[in-house]
Amino acid sequence: MNNVTLGKIAAYGALIVLALVAPMLAPDYRTQMAFLWVMIIFALSWDLLGGQMGYNSFGNIVFFGVGMYVCAVIQRDAGLSYYPGLFTGMGVGALFAVAVAAVLGSGILGLRGHYFAIGTLGLGIAAGEFASAWDYIGAGSGMVTPLYPGEVGGRESFFYYVVFALAAVTFPVLRWLYAGRFGLAINAIRDDEDKAEAMGLRTTRYKITAWCIAAFFLGLTGAAVGNIIGFIDPRDVAFAGPTFGVWMVLMAILGGKGTLWGPVVGAVVFHVTQELFWTYFLGWQRVAMGLLIVLIVVFFPTGIFGWARERWPGLFGHKVEEVLPTAGPTK
Amino acid sequence: MTLVLEARNVRKAFGGVIANNDITLTVPEGKIIGLIGPNGSGKTTLFNSIVGFHPIEGGSIRFQGQEISHLRVPEIARLGLLRTFQQTRIYGKMTCVQNMIISSPRTQQGWRFMFRPATPEDTRKAEELLKFVGLYTKRHLRAGDLSFGQQKLLEFAMALMNEPKMLMLDEPTAGINPTLINGLMNRLRRVNREFGITLLVIEHNMRVIMNLAEYIYCLAHGELLAEGKPEDVQNDRRVIDAYLGAH
Repeated sequence: MNNVTLGKIAAYGALIVLALVAPMLAPDYRTQMAFLWVMIIFALSWDLLGGQMGYNSFGNIVFFGVGMYVCAVIQRDAGLSYYPGLFTGMGVGALFAVAVAAVLGSGILGLRGHYFAIGTLGLGIAAGEFASAWDYIGAGSGMVTPLYPGEVGGRESFFYYVVFALAAVTFPVLRWLYAGRFGLAINAIRDDEDKAEAMGLRTTRYKITAWCIAAFFLGLTGAAVGNIIGFIDPRDVAFAGPTFGVWMVLMAILGGKGTLWGPVVGAVVFHVTQELFWTYFLGWQRVAMGLLIVLIVVFFPTGIFGWARERWPGLFGHKVEEVLPTAGPTK
Repeated sequence: MTLVLEARNVRKAFGGVIANNDITLTVPEGKIIGLIGPNGSGKTTLFNSIVGFHPIEGGSIRFQGQEISHLRVPEIARLGLLRTFQQTRIYGKMTCVQNMIISSPRTQQGWRFMFRPATPEDTRKAEELLKFVGLYTKRHLRAGDLSFGQQKLLEFAMALMNEPKMLMLDEPTAGINPTLINGLMNRLRRVNREFGITLLVIEHNMRVIMNLAEYIYCLAHGELLAEGKPEDVQNDRRVIDAYLGAH
C-alpha cells in the first residue's frame, strides 16, 4: 500500500468522521445538512445516466416520488410499528421505483438525445397530475407521514443519519460500477451508441439497468425525504420537477457531468450557495441563483471537475503520450 | 469451400432510388474479397444491409448458413460478423485501452459479466493489439485526441479485439498517410492469415485492393457490374467506363 492510497483512506475517514459528528457540532443545521446529503444523492444518481451514459433525464424525479408515496402508504396501512414500518417502506418503495424504471425504461430508453430528454420531461408532470387525482394516496391534499416516536429533536438527528447512510452507500456503489465493465459500457453508449451496437454490446440491457440503479437510490431517498418533510404534496414535494427535478440536473452539470466527484462537489456548492442566497438576498434568491447558473454555463460549460480535467488531465488518469527514448529532436 | 457469407439477390431502395438491385455476392471462408465501385454505387448500402442496419426489400443474406436478414445489428455482431465505419467511429472520451477492453467479446455475455471488472487477459490482449496496429505508446490517450488515421487504426484494433469470424472494412486506407498504407496492407494480410478472419473490403485505392483481394466485386448504379479475379476486373471495359463516367 503506497502513500497515495493511505492518503485517500485518511481523507475518506476524515470525511466520514466529520459527517458523523456534524449534527452534534451544529444541531440547528441538521435538516439543512440532511438535505445536503439528499442533494448529493440527487446529483450522483442523475449523473449515472446524464453524465456517464449521455441520457439527459428530466424524469428521475418520478422514482423519488414513487419511493416517497409507497413508503408513506406502507407506514399508513401495513400496521407495523414505526421503525419496521419505515424501513420496510423504504425497501418496498425502492423496489417499486426500480420496477417503474424497468417498465418506463424499456419503452422510453429507445429514444435518443433530445427526444429522450423531452420524453422524460413529460413523465414527472404526468406523475404529479396522476398522484394529485388519486384518492387512495390523498389526491391533491397529499399525505402526512407518521409522527416520529422518539424525543423532541431526535427526528432530525435520526433522519440526518439515514440520508447520510444512503449517500455513503450510493457513492462507493457508483464508484465500483464506473470502475468496471459496466462503467465502460455506459461510457461507450454515451460516446457512440451506434458503434456500441455495431460491436455487439447489449445496449438496451445496460441502459435499463443503469436507470434501475438510479431509481433504486432515488426511491430510498424519496422515502426518507417524505418523512423528513412530514407532508407529501404531489406536485411540490413528491414529483417536484421544477425544483428537485431541475436541481439534480443543475448540480451534476455544475460540478462536472461524467466525473465521479463532480456531482458531489456540484451538489455541495449548489446547496450552500442556495442557502446563502436565501439568507442574504431574500426576495432575489432565485435571480441570484439564475445568474450564478448562467455564469457557470458560460465560463465553465463542462462544470468544475470537467474544467479541472481539461486543465490537468494527468490527475484524472488521462496520461499524455509516452515519449520513446529514440523519439524527439536531439540536442 | 464453405461460404461464410452469402448475399443473394439483395434489393434495397430508398424511396425511388434503388441503391442495391438484385446483388449477389458470396464470401468463402478465409479469403479476402474486395468490393469496389464509383461513389454512390451502393457499396456502403450493401454493407449496411448485411449487418442489419436497415431491412432489405428482397433477397436473402446468410452468415455461416444462418439467415440473418431479419436480425438486428447487435445480434449479427454477436454472431461474429463485424463492420468498421467509413466515418471512423470510436469512443472519443475514453482512453484507447478502455476502447479496446469494452470491445472484448466477453462484454457481450450475460448478466453475470455486466458488473465484473475487466480481466487481466483483456488488458493484456488490448495492449498486444494496440502494439499490433502501432498505437501502444498512445494507449492512455483519449481516443478523441488521436488523429483521424490513428482513430482508424484504433477502430481496426477494436474490431480485432472482438474476435470476429468475418470483418467488413469500409475504406480502411482512406485518410491514412500513404507511407503507412503498405504497413496496413501487411496487417490486413496477417489478420487474414494468422488470426483466420475472413475479410470483405470496400476500397477506392486500386493499388491496395488489387494487391490485397483474391476476388473482386464491382458495383455501379446499384447493380453488380462485374466480378472476378483482380486482373480480370482491372481490364474489364465496363469497370473502366464506370469509373471514368462513360455511361
